[in-house]
Amino acid sequence: MSVLDTGTRIEADRAPAAAAAAEETPLRRLAADFFESRVAAAAFALLCVIIALALLAPAIVPQNPYNLAEVDVLDSRLPPGSRAMAGYTYWLGTDGAGRDLVSAMLYGLRISLAVGVVSCLIATVIGAAVGLVAAYAGGRVESLLMRLVDLQLSFPAILIALMLIAILGKGVDKIIIALVTVQWAYYARTVRGTALAEMNKEYVEAARCLGFGHARILFRQILPNVLPPLIVVATVQAAHAVALEATLSFLGVGLPRTEPSLGLLIANGFEYMLSGKYWISFFPGVVLLATIMAINLVGDQLRDVLNPRLRR
Amino acid sequence: MAAYILRRLVQTAVLVAVMSVIVFFGIHVVGDPVWLLVNPQMDQRDIEAAIRALGLDRPIWEQYLYFIAGALEGDLGRSFIFGEPALRVILERMPATLELAFAALAMAIVLGLPLGLYAGLRPDSWASRTIMAGSILGFSLPTFWVGLMLIMVFAVMLGWLPSTGRGATATWLGITSSLFTLDGLRHVLLPAFNLALLKMSLVIRLTRAGAREALQQDYIKFARAKGLAERRVVGVHLLKNILIPVVTVVGLEFGNLVAFSVVTETIFAWPGMGKLLIDAIQSLDRPVIVAHLIVIVMMFVLINFVVDVVYTVLDPRVRIGARAA
Repeated sequence: MSVLDTGTRIEADRAPAAAAAAEETPLRRLAADFFESRVAAAAFALLCVIIALALLAPAIVPQNPYNLAEVDVLDSRLPPGSRAMAGYTYWLGTDGAGRDLVSAMLYGLRISLAVGVVSCLIATVIGAAVGLVAAYAGGRVESLLMRLVDLQLSFPAILIALMLIAILGKGVDKIIIALVTVQWAYYARTVRGTALAEMNKEYVEAARCLGFGHARILFRQILPNVLPPLIVVATVQAAHAVALEATLSFLGVGLPRTEPSLGLLIANGFEYMLSGKYWISFFPGVVLLATIMAINLVGDQLRDVLNPRLRR
Repeated sequence: MAAYILRRLVQTAVLVAVMSVIVFFGIHVVGDPVWLLVNPQMDQRDIEAAIRALGLDRPIWEQYLYFIAGALEGDLGRSFIFGEPALRVILERMPATLELAFAALAMAIVLGLPLGLYAGLRPDSWASRTIMAGSILGFSLPTFWVGLMLIMVFAVMLGWLPSTGRGATATWLGITSSLFTLDGLRHVLLPAFNLALLKMSLVIRLTRAGAREALQQDYIKFARAKGLAERRVVGVHLLKNILIPVVTVVGLEFGNLVAFSVVTETIFAWPGMGKLLIDAIQSLDRPVIVAHLIVIVMMFVLINFVVDVVYTVLDPRVRIGARAA
């Protein structure tokens, strides 16, 4: 089966009447393929739980860790299971400022995921646009854009991010700029490669014969057909973005202290680790790890499911 | 071959020029170069004098030429913190970084090759599955988190190894390194392992894939048919053939190791270039930041150049492709 076929299936998703009428809808087949692997299903469930926890954090945690009125400094660095003055239990202990670690972690998770997802979306849009334009325009435009992509991919991501942060300074917007800059090239390369293959197909020729405009051919005809690989790259890159943001924040050059992501929580716990107070760094690290692993496993399975060559 | 190297050299020179423009204009467009080059703790009159002395009142293209002229002479400003030329501060720390990256690379190969070979020879055994699962972990675990856990287990809980610093160094054959003393080796073990983990996963996967592919080949079957001992088949016939791609790819990754040493150096307080950059960003030591960016760009351009040339020497297909293009 061809990439074209995957594309037509996605088109079919948009026609609700046809999809509902069919006994086996494309989406259902995709889901069935996806959940065939128990590991992938578990990872997907874990990812759902993580996202739900992040979204619902303010409603489910015992304290708002950044409301000074709710945090008691006398409770700082308590081991897991200690009782709070306010009556509830610190299941995972407290950090150096007396914050309940469960609450701080879920708030941190919110920030980490938000930064990762936002940067990933922006990078997808930019990268896909560049890739499509490069494939469609060809010639000088293509070689210029692709040279830029090659140049950027020859430097390690963390290095580019550090260079940008060094020039731009700290802040949420700066981090997002850095993450987008690091990522867009991957999307551009993937989209260009797929789009080049699509360009030779008959439906593009047909669209040209019908006199469709360039923009319409690019975004309404070709774009839907390059979506499957784009989605796979986006998943993998989302995990990278979360990990990179955590790394930068850990190094103290990422998010500011007012926006404490998981990386910053881990960094805060580092100074206490040498005196044996492991939990301040350990538990946020476990959450970070679970998030990255879950996204990666879901991405792996998506790649197998969406790759028409591997279809059984 | 000479023509190819020459062409790559010209491309590299163009790249360096482009990067210098990007770094220079990036700093000038995004930030105020006055605050980048002049210590903000000076008083107003000194600042104005410094602006004139540094030529910051000139048009921007003239400033760029001035900056290039300085850079060509190796003058990239003085560190606010150390009061020494920024370039010297950076170069002083380069051996420590290279030493760490080298130790990590060696460790990745020494540990990764046998593990990958085992997993390739016995793909269905539980030990192989464990190795492969471990290599997936190696890919997805964030480096800094692994570093923290290593410190927690081996330095804090068990107390076996030191967790900070470089330890004693010794000079041998004109190279001063902590790899030549026992104390230094004890210090390098944890950070090198931390840095090596990612590459080790890569080596394991490459070796396993190479071994599984080679086992199907006729020369292995023939060697077995000849009645050679399994040890000789694996150790000589198999290993020789899978070693080429492994060594090449791992060599290509050396630059990546240097880049990631930023993280490892910060965690283990390793006195290298990466830690210097983080410290400089934290303390707003701007001349060091600028000089560091330029050194990093130069280093990577150089590494990429060497890698391309080596790759061409090893793989003739690249050369033919380049000629056809």
